[in-house]
Amino acid sequence: MTLTATRAAERPVRARVLWFAVSLLVLAAMFVVSIAVGSANLPLSTVWSALLSPDGGIDHSTIRTLRVPRTILGVLVGAALGVAGALMQGLTRNPLADPGILGVNSGAGFAIVTGVAVLGVTRIEQYLWLGFAGAVAAAAVVYAIAARGRGGADPLRLTLVGVAFGAVLTGASQTLALINPDTFDRFRYWDAGSITDRPEGTVSAILPFILIGLVLAFACARALNALALGDDLARAVGAHVGLIRLAGVVAVTLLCGAATAAAGPIVFVGLMIPHAVRLLVGPDQRWILPLALVLGPVLVLTSDVIGRLVIWPAELQVGVVTAFLGAPVLIALVRRRKPSAS
Amino acid sequence: MTRALVLRAGPFSLRASGRAFVVDTILACVLLGCVTVALMLGSRVLSPGEVLAALAPGADATDRLVVLEWRAPRALAAALFGACLGLSGAIFQSLTRNPLGSPDVIGLSAGSYTGVVCVLSLGGAGYAALATGAVAGGLATALAVYLLAFQRGMHGFRLIIVGIAISAMLSSVNRWFSVKADLDVALQAAVWGAGTLNNVEWLPLSYSALAALALVLALPAAGRRMRQLELGDDTAGMLGLSIERTKVLLVVLGTALTAVVTAITGPVAFIALAAPQIARRLTGHGSVDLIGAALTGAVLLSISDLIAQHAISGVALPVGAVTVCLGGGYLVWLLVRESKTS
Repeated sequence: MTLTATRAAERPVRARVLWFAVSLLVLAAMFVVSIAVGSANLPLSTVWSALLSPDGGIDHSTIRTLRVPRTILGVLVGAALGVAGALMQGLTRNPLADPGILGVNSGAGFAIVTGVAVLGVTRIEQYLWLGFAGAVAAAAVVYAIAARGRGGADPLRLTLVGVAFGAVLTGASQTLALINPDTFDRFRYWDAGSITDRPEGTVSAILPFILIGLVLAFACARALNALALGDDLARAVGAHVGLIRLAGVVAVTLLCGAATAAAGPIVFVGLMIPHAVRLLVGPDQRWILPLALVLGPVLVLTSDVIGRLVIWPAELQVGVVTAFLGAPVLIALVRRRKPSAS
Repeated sequence: MTRALVLRAGPFSLRASGRAFVVDTILACVLLGCVTVALMLGSRVLSPGEVLAALAPGADATDRLVVLEWRAPRALAAALFGACLGLSGAIFQSLTRNPLGSPDVIGLSAGSYTGVVCVLSLGGAGYAALATGAVAGGLATALAVYLLAFQRGMHGFRLIIVGIAISAMLSSVNRWFSVKADLDVALQAAVWGAGTLNNVEWLPLSYSALAALALVLALPAAGRRMRQLELGDDTAGMLGLSIERTKVLLVVLGTALTAVVTAITGPVAFIALAAPQIARRLTGHGSVDLIGAALTGAVLLSISDLIAQHAISGVALPVGAVTVCLGGGYLVWLLVRESKTS
């Protein structure tokens, strides 16, 4: 299951730079499309003037208060999930690991169900901090259990503890939701995952956490390459295995916790983006992380735009579309080449 | 060499290590205890003696009805289905050589849920219609995953990736249905999707018991081939194993074992994933342990069903929600203990 370092040599730097540039262009294009497209059919000139010289009319305020925050949230959530996924797969050396394995999604879900069922929380503004607290607490418990003992948090144990603990929380949420139809009713909307209709200030609330998470993640990139060799070899080449893993887990928790708290569980982005990226640029984390940072938002924004168009003028939640868009791509990639890690 | 117990009868031989034999015996006793308790508990509590008396011919008609018609099918179903799920999980985890490679993860559960969702949205109702939908959905998903993953041979890792991708797509459909459908229909689907033993009766149970028996007959051959396959494709090929045929056999066997259960209970989560991992830690086996996995699965589902029925009086929880909490909690505890001793 270790990422083989041999194929890195086969990819010239020029090809990687090219992929990175192409991804950036696609992201810029999707950003524009996401602002221009929606259930209100507005011409591009209106969009343009709304951004440059707003007149306070209804069309302009649609763009400025609905579409722009939604697009920015999509970029943040996509970037956070893409990078967290790459980090998680590198940390656990398991290409099936997605950030949810730390219990982040299930922790957030459990906190919100408990809030709704027990504390009587009803306002979506309250979901944000409840979800974030749940995500962080769940990740902390998973890591604390996995890190006990002499070996520290070895990848297999981290994966198993995460899956088991996450499953417990999911089961508990499910039980709470099924006992009371009202709770179920609220939970099913949160569970679908969406970046629209968020309360004001969501973006600025999660931005600091995501920035810190990204800085930590990029600081780990080089060390993650050493970690791919296996714990013993990584120590032999001078890496602080325990420290890297702790920093990585903190970064994943901040990134995913913030994204999930803001948008609900958007599955599959964190799992699929690193696979796609590895097939493009090879196993070097110093290339994987930046490209995941760009392609994560591309997937989320594209999914969100498609969600607005398929049943226009109604909308599909972005969490429902990501998998539909990502899964065929992932299958095609896996069939085209030898799987990127095995 | 560890001490081992070997039973021979003609061409058949059964080899068990001393510890595995002891553990399996204990598990079997616990299972027997669970079944007995399940027969005793209910709105009319019986003593073990009264249960035995009710089983004998000429007993009190009410006791006989309660024990034989109401409680016995459910108790036996829990044991049988738990064993099937444990076996199925052991087969898939061995095939993919990954602890995450359980039938839930590669999409069978999501597929049966989607089958049920289709039936419900086409206006179907009633037990038989839902069961048909669940089995058809699960089998169609397994077939799709296998065909999409097949490419000059079946690679275990590719199977999981394709499975996760398909599973994510189907979960999207399910979540979309959950948001779009009326609350009571969505709730009905969610209860089915969590897995429940509330509707077990003798006739359907006897069909699935026959099917399970037929599948179990194939297991000794499968277990031998699995141990060879775990040496790696190349080594197993050199030992004279026909790799692809073996893999097809294992996929069919694992899928069929899950389908037998899903037809009656809906997808019961997590037993297939947890049982082989728990069994491995209890018996100290390095390799696949089919008997241990089956017994662990049976005990897990039996205890879970007792809790689901009797923990909260007046509320019949779906057993799937309990298996997840119980199995996950136990697995976490085992991992904590493991890390202390290592």
